Amino acid sequence: MADPMRIRAVARDGVVNVKVLMSHEMETGQRKDGAGQLVPAHFIQSVSATHNGKVVLSAQWGPAVSKNPFLEFNFKAGQKGERISVTWVDNKGEQRTDEATIN
Amino acid sequence: MNPMRRTVLKSTGSAGLLALLATAGFLRPSDVLANGWNKIAFDSKTMAETLKALGASTPASSDAIQLRAPDIAENGAVVPIAVDSKLPGTQSIAVLIDKNPQPLAASFELPSGTEGTVTTRVKMGQTSDVYALVRADGKFYMVKKEIKVTLGGCGG
Repeated sequence: MADPMRIRAVARDGVVNVKVLMSHEMETGQRKDGAGQLVPAHFIQSVSATHNGKVVLSAQWGPAVSKNPFLEFNFKAGQKGERISVTWVDNKGEQRTDEATIN
Repeated sequence: MNPMRRTVLKSTGSAGLLALLATAGFLRPSDVLANGWNKIAFDSKTMAETLKALGASTPASSDAIQLRAPDIAENGAVVPIAVDSKLPGTQSIAVLIDKNPQPLAASFELPSGTEGTVTTRVKMGQTSDVYALVRADGKFYMVKKEIKVTLGGCGG
């Protein structure tokens, strides 16, 4: 199981700024290991963030997103104390969901 | 050889077989459908193919889109990219890197209520033009910026 995401959500003037740091290898499938064998691709393909059951951001990623991906976005109508949830799914079907409280 | 087994294989066909494997737990549904992941666009090898796969063959230029990124990236494995679209009705933002093996790096869907700004970090194999493709009110717009890479982020 992958390590938890670090999610920081801060509300200011009705706009919530969300920063997410995920823990994932994001292996491209083009790199070779010490023995000259290709390392199979292993990367996050889809990400979705929800607030009060409503999707506030969804993303599709390729292997060109950096290792331990970072994501930042802003959405309106979020209040302090409410929860935001982020889920990723990778190309091997592994997934992880984490939640954070808006500050 | 079991003749019944042959018949089953023939009659189910490849789609049926995939479904069987999926139900048997060999393939998770995400492998088959990949959560709607746009495989054609992410596998495209050129900018033109990628844009076509995204349905954006001739995007217009726009002053309302800002692509914020360093002029020189010392480490191609981690290049910060921020796209800021002031276009009303911005629906999606994609980041494309011309000289990468597959140009499409990431694509973001922004529902109404989400601002037209996303920041992420991408890998760049070499110095390249980087493009921000924005869909606003059903129309496509694109801006570019060249980023010089001193140490590539792919292969190695």
